[in-house]
Amino acid sequence: MRAPMLTTTAPSSSPRMRPTFWLRQAPRITMLLFLVPIVAGLAGTVLPAFGWLPALGGRELTFAPWLRLAEEPGVRWAIGLTLATGWTATIISVLLVLGLCARWHGRKPGRIGRAVFAPILAAPHAAMAIGVGFLIAPSGWLVRWVSPWLTGWHQPPDLATVQDPYGLALTLGLLVKEVPYLLLMTLTALGQLPVARQLEAAAALGYGRTAAWLKIILPQLYPQIRLPIYAVLAYALSVVDMALILGPSNPPTLSVLALRWFTAPDVRMYFPAAAAALLQLVIVLGSIAVWRTAEKIIARLGRRWIARGRRRSRLEPLAGLAAVLVSGLGLLGAGSLLVLAVWSFTARWRFPHILPSHWSAFAWREQVGTILWPLKTTLGVAVAASALAVVLVLGCLEYEQQRGPAPKSRSLWLLYVPLLVPQIAFLFGVQVLLTVSHLDGSLLAVVWSHLLFVLPYVFLSLADPWRSLDSRYARTALCLGASPGRVFLRIKLPLLLRSVLVAAAVGLAVSIDQYLPTLFAGAGRVVTLTTEAVTLASGGGRRVTGIFALLQALVPLIAYGSALGVSGRAGRRRVLAGVSA
Amino acid sequence: MSRPWLLALGALVLALGLLVPVRARAEPWQQVLRQARGQTVYFDAWAGDQRVNTFIAWVARQVAACCDVTLRQVPLEDTSAAVTQVIAEKAAGDDSDGTVDLIWINGPNFYALKRRGLLYGPFAGQLPNAALLDARDRSNRFDFTVPVDGYESPWRKAQLVFVYDSAYVKHVPHGIRGFPAWARRHPGRFTFPQVQNFLGVAFLEQALYALTPDPSVLQHPVSQALFAQVTAPLWKWFDQLRPYLWRGGREFPVSGPAERQLLEDGEIDLMPSFSPTEAAADVAAGRLPRTVRSYVLRRGTIGNTSFVAIPYNSPHKAGAMVVANFLLSPAAQARAGNIRYLGGPTVLDLKRLSAAERAHFAALPHSPWMPSDPALRRVLPEPHPWWASRLAAAWERRYTP
Repeated sequence: MRAPMLTTTAPSSSPRMRPTFWLRQAPRITMLLFLVPIVAGLAGTVLPAFGWLPALGGRELTFAPWLRLAEEPGVRWAIGLTLATGWTATIISVLLVLGLCARWHGRKPGRIGRAVFAPILAAPHAAMAIGVGFLIAPSGWLVRWVSPWLTGWHQPPDLATVQDPYGLALTLGLLVKEVPYLLLMTLTALGQLPVARQLEAAAALGYGRTAAWLKIILPQLYPQIRLPIYAVLAYALSVVDMALILGPSNPPTLSVLALRWFTAPDVRMYFPAAAAALLQLVIVLGSIAVWRTAEKIIARLGRRWIARGRRRSRLEPLAGLAAVLVSGLGLLGAGSLLVLAVWSFTARWRFPHILPSHWSAFAWREQVGTILWPLKTTLGVAVAASALAVVLVLGCLEYEQQRGPAPKSRSLWLLYVPLLVPQIAFLFGVQVLLTVSHLDGSLLAVVWSHLLFVLPYVFLSLADPWRSLDSRYARTALCLGASPGRVFLRIKLPLLLRSVLVAAAVGLAVSIDQYLPTLFAGAGRVVTLTTEAVTLASGGGRRVTGIFALLQALVPLIAYGSALGVSGRAGRRRVLAGVSA
Repeated sequence: MSRPWLLALGALVLALGLLVPVRARAEPWQQVLRQARGQTVYFDAWAGDQRVNTFIAWVARQVAACCDVTLRQVPLEDTSAAVTQVIAEKAAGDDSDGTVDLIWINGPNFYALKRRGLLYGPFAGQLPNAALLDARDRSNRFDFTVPVDGYESPWRKAQLVFVYDSAYVKHVPHGIRGFPAWARRHPGRFTFPQVQNFLGVAFLEQALYALTPDPSVLQHPVSQALFAQVTAPLWKWFDQLRPYLWRGGREFPVSGPAERQLLEDGEIDLMPSFSPTEAAADVAAGRLPRTVRSYVLRRGTIGNTSFVAIPYNSPHKAGAMVVANFLLSPAAQARAGNIRYLGGPTVLDLKRLSAAERAHFAALPHSPWMPSDPALRRVLPEPHPWWASRLAAAWERRYTP
């Protein structure tokens, strides 16, 4: 899942001092861990894309891989499909989320809303795709509810509602996952704006509710959710696991095509595969650039629209529609998880039965033995990657505070690179790097590859609370003679324990969701719940898939729950103990 | 030793290795067992069929108990991933510490590795249980026409069968030429996996067998012109069939199990399968109704043998050999032949077993949902691997929008 990307506020001023040696290394180590694989990864993709890979006999720079790519059947369709699904999913997600927020007028989502969206956020993309796939298939749950009494269908109709050639099912699957994510980001950002006060003021000036939201709140909100939107756009354009399950296969999207060639028995396909991966990168970066341009144009037009000062908006009913559609997506997501749970206890469930005709716990019994290893690996890697990420991020943040407020750092953007660059574009190069250094297939390699994706999210969820901690606590402790290290351990950590634990849980969830990094860095040998679930999903066994998908969704949920539970109880006590010690 | 020296040495070893084929010395089996003790064998095996995964988990428990070998299945979505892995390791100069110890392999993947000299062996002859193999069975010695030469060891047999639900359809095509007419009468009720999948391409090869006047050309690669000539009737036949396939022949299930799910969901009525026992096992487990039947085409269908092979750079060759040997043991073969676990004909020659061992096979439950024994004897040899890749490529070129 994707984690909250909190907007960053200016660091609160705190006393300046010279950080210790190890603390000074924290940002350097972080950047090194980040830069080496990304640079090597991109190089390992760019060079083969132009024919250079001596290990496979490519010793001159040519355009041959590109010519080969152009010749492959279905490439043009695949590019179109990639653009269509990625853009449609992103545009609709953004419109739905903004419409819903405009409708809600800054009210907080209710308990039910949170109960529905939390598991959807926690469930990995692959699991959600399998569930959605079964819901909307011609023989799926939705059709079964109305068959045969309403539809007259005793046999499922031959309709391409899943894996349709236009990628509509894939787009829907992306919406189910991306809308809750974007909604969470938007609500977080809205929490930092004085929404209620400004809306009241606007109402006093005679603005309709939706109009006021669009004209006053949105211009302040948008810059704060720009990055999450780019992340959604990049993800939707380059998704692999969902596209494998919900997308068409003849031809598939570009990223699936690239993966297919990377793993083809004919190793010469490596070269066009690298070219396809590079093309994927160009598509994502180009799309972000186009989106940015569109933003500017819309902002210019929007300013004129705002200046005209009309008090009512014709978009009011549309905002209502958005609320309905988001609820529908929430139901679809929840239904997907539910149906997976049902399948894991199914013996036989033929069309058009609404529920299985024969139940059985056979799949669960059968899995007890085989599930332990992937479960242990998943947890081990996730705990290691998120612990490492938390330590590094804490080091960076503490360094930043001790050194004093820095000018707006450009290196921060580097953190977002793994979220914006398609995984397929640099993971292959990372694999070459790992193979050459004999690290491939090791747990260390998998942890490192996960760190690339875990660290940005941990940073984003920890940076804000850390920076906005009242600096008077630290100053008082320093005045009382405590060393900076002691202040960190005894004051800051206990006070921010909840945020640290939540950030760790976020890291855990992100790690559990990683499919391609595990596959590439683990050389297929490191088996996690997610790789197992995607493998089984490709095999079509819904019963076992259901078990793995449920576990995949449960583990992050338990992590979140225990992070909040532990910090809730222990947090206050420990702060008091820390202060009095 | 410094790194350049190591590299140079590695290159030297590699060069010698290329001159002298990797030839395993005839080590006494006891020594292999001793070496295997404590080893962890990474077994790269296609994991799309849960029953096979469960069987491998059982094998893991057995070899742990008998020989102190830890067997870990590396679940693959596609066997070619293991092939790519070994080739990548070779490219990176990883000649002794590879990540793959044993691969469930056959056909094009075996050909790809054997041709590059990336397999350890010949080792199959050293396995004590190899003496029990059915020597008359050609598919134990030739894998898709490629001589096995001891570089892989058999463990299972597979044959193309067709599965249908007799509750929904009464008449099914018993020959390839009958498929277009059947599909016209049952539009959207038949499909086969995409051609990138071995089962999908096997269906095309089966059709080619029936449609080309002289099937002997399928035993070796042919010229571009001859390929076009031989496949012309296939494309004509497929053009008649395609509009009446599931989803109008525009979309295909990604794999055999995905296609089985379609049958289970009732989206299709007829499907090919590469396991004569798959449907029977599903019926026995209650996943499919008792009206499901499987059958073999009147003039026979393509059959092959599944093997296990050891990559040249596996650090646990002894452990891998112990596993390969265990797979050939009467106990493992009887378990694999049991419809409750896997089901299917054995690769062993029952005459070479002791009376007690033979009794295990005689006691195996018989399933009425399997094709009859005489039908399963009508086996056509697999074409040369060249045909699978060329057919898939030609199909992609013709039918990808």
